[in-house]
Amino acid sequence: MDIALIYLLLIAIGVLMYVLLDGFSLGVGILSPWLNKAEDRAIAMKSLSHLWDSNQTWLVFGGVVLFAGFPKAYATVLSQLYLPIILMLIALIFRGVAFEFYFKSHTSRGWWDFSFSFGSTLATLSQGIILGSLVQGFTLTPHASEQIAWFTPFSLMTAVALVCGYALLGSCWLVRKSSGRLQVSARRLGIISLFAVMFFLALVSVWMLLAQPQVFQRWLTWPTGLLLAPVPLLSAYVGLRLWQTLRSGEGNDLKPLGMAMALFGLSFIGLAAGMFPYIIPGQLTIWEAIAPERSTTFTLVGIVLFLPLVIAYNIYNYRVFSGKTTTQDGY
Amino acid sequence: MPDPALLSRIQFAFTISYHIIFPTITIGLSLYLALMEGLWLKTRRQVYLQQARFWQKPFAITFGMGVVSGVVLSYEFGTNFSRFSEIVGPVLSPLLTYEVLTAFFLEAGFLGIMLFGWKKVSPKVHFIATCVVCVGTMISAFWILAANSWLHTPAGYEIVDGVFHPTDWWAVIFNPSFPYRLTHMLLASFLSASLLFAGVNAIYLLRKQHTEFAKSGFSIAMWAILVLAPLQILAGDMHGLNVHEHQPVKVAAMEAVWETEQGAGFRLFALPNQKEAKNDFEIVIPKAASLILTHDINGEIAGLDQVAPENRPPVAVVFFSFRIMLALGGLMLLLGVLGLWARRKGRLFDNRLLLNFSRLMIPAGVIATLAGWYVVEVGRQPWLVQGLVRTVDVTSPLPASQVLSTLILFVAVYSLLFGVYLYFMRKLIRQGPADATGAAQDEELPTTLNPAH
Repeated sequence: MDIALIYLLLIAIGVLMYVLLDGFSLGVGILSPWLNKAEDRAIAMKSLSHLWDSNQTWLVFGGVVLFAGFPKAYATVLSQLYLPIILMLIALIFRGVAFEFYFKSHTSRGWWDFSFSFGSTLATLSQGIILGSLVQGFTLTPHASEQIAWFTPFSLMTAVALVCGYALLGSCWLVRKSSGRLQVSARRLGIISLFAVMFFLALVSVWMLLAQPQVFQRWLTWPTGLLLAPVPLLSAYVGLRLWQTLRSGEGNDLKPLGMAMALFGLSFIGLAAGMFPYIIPGQLTIWEAIAPERSTTFTLVGIVLFLPLVIAYNIYNYRVFSGKTTTQDGY
Repeated sequence: MPDPALLSRIQFAFTISYHIIFPTITIGLSLYLALMEGLWLKTRRQVYLQQARFWQKPFAITFGMGVVSGVVLSYEFGTNFSRFSEIVGPVLSPLLTYEVLTAFFLEAGFLGIMLFGWKKVSPKVHFIATCVVCVGTMISAFWILAANSWLHTPAGYEIVDGVFHPTDWWAVIFNPSFPYRLTHMLLASFLSASLLFAGVNAIYLLRKQHTEFAKSGFSIAMWAILVLAPLQILAGDMHGLNVHEHQPVKVAAMEAVWETEQGAGFRLFALPNQKEAKNDFEIVIPKAASLILTHDINGEIAGLDQVAPENRPPVAVVFFSFRIMLALGGLMLLLGVLGLWARRKGRLFDNRLLLNFSRLMIPAGVIATLAGWYVVEVGRQPWLVQGLVRTVDVTSPLPASQVLSTLILFVAVYSLLFGVYLYFMRKLIRQGPADATGAAQDEELPTTLNPAH
């Protein structure tokens, strides 16, 4: 198989893992201000304390695999999207330290509460802007300019859409990890975010079909159109089932999270299908950007050896802390 | 508006200096955590468990600061040094990928169990988790130092169309300066953690609090300093010889030697004048620099004059940083020896001079490490890859206004957080260890949040 395709797949795995895992961690932060009681917010945050770090590591993984596989794309994308990326990093700092300081403080809890939700929301907005600019494609500017190409109506919309998406994942995570009052509010918030997510999914789809000829071509012509047709249909079905599950409150508490993740997976496939085979949309294909073979094979050996191990002990970590989070859980 | 290339460099220097403080502490401290837990499992003496559980909290916040500031760095190569990422990426990015795969995930995956798993897993599994976190921090240092050393002594590459292609991974990773740098950095971490450990326990001894707890910790840390300080001086000396071999200009800057000398003296103090290529003032110990760097009293020390003025690093920064590091190293050695002397007199725990000295030395390891990094990194300038890539040529073509605004943002956020970090460290240290049963350790949520009680 083509090494460029393998790397594209690896980056896709990295990004999807990040979006799913840190997505729900960020989502909890986004929802935190909407939870009723300080105690609920404390439990919500506590349910993440043992895994936020490993979830966030997928962001670094995605970054370095992009760097290793497509150094030119890494350099271009990151310098072109300078401000939203730095803003995201700074937001993640606020959020990350909140985990460390919240449970060690008494008088300043309100600040760490704020730092957690503010950081999570700002990081998500930045990621949404980055996502939107990438999907939309941008013209490369070789020289310094004050112009900020990433600030468009489309990227602002994807930013808000991503906030809703992570909020959905976050509320489904809370359904899994909580009970009683907190779980009731998590279900309610989940339903609200689900409606927003379905709305934005439809909006993004239509917008892209109309604005981007390449996307139109791929989705609405034979034979790729037929191959891709199940994606929106499945999304609609999963959305419906998720709504029913959240509303009825019946069945396994893990189910909503699984369905929300499936919805994300489908959207991800949808976006990727429109962008392939570009690593920088409209500018650079994966074959033009791939690193020298000696670099890619060396890195690939490490990935093949270690990634399964990483996934295995991450699963172990989740199992050790499985079950509902309570106020008593601590050091 | 200032030069964006300069702003990017300042930003990177600032963010990386900030970051390195935290791994320096956590690499060493994780070893203490593993050691204490291991001793507890072996002897079942409660005091070791107390140490392990107490130090976990300072470890956790330090580690957290390291994580959040580290994520920034992994992206800054691309954001601020895009040209560098593009041409050197094929050689360096695989090393960073290996770091994430073999260290980042490992640390993060077992940190949760180490911090929150005391009641969820058996003591043995918990001990394994602690050891894994400790090993993870060192693996991380391995890859970072490999990548960094390559910038100083590049090897195992060829240049094709202006892009660095790897030819021999073994040579890339185990490049000529790597073993020295790794050893020097790991010892620096162990020393920094030992100084923190000793200093905090000294505070308790001075205040006559937690006495049994403090005695055990202080004694172990003083042994560690006694062994580590001379070892570090030895490692530093070997590293110095290596630098002398591969980066003579850096050595000339460290010693402020402007013209090549035989039997060069060691400048105890000097005021380097970059413009006129001489020292305005100097106090010299004759022959000493040659003796230290070549192990020969009449050995030749190449001067800064061997390269054109534009290829010289800023001498004063390198010179003074080097002296700060040396002076602090000397004080660490003194502390170790003083500790041994007090121990032999049976006064280890009540010699106030020793205890106060330990307390003052708490930040010495971190400051010496920072100074050491400035010697290394500023000494390499104007090159990013020694002799091959100039730093100013590979920054991103960003508008100065954007870099300036993010730089201001970083300075503001990092300063705020550093204050908060110090506040919480102080608070945790003042709280002190829980009693032997560990009861007070479980007050994670205040009772107001828990109406059932």
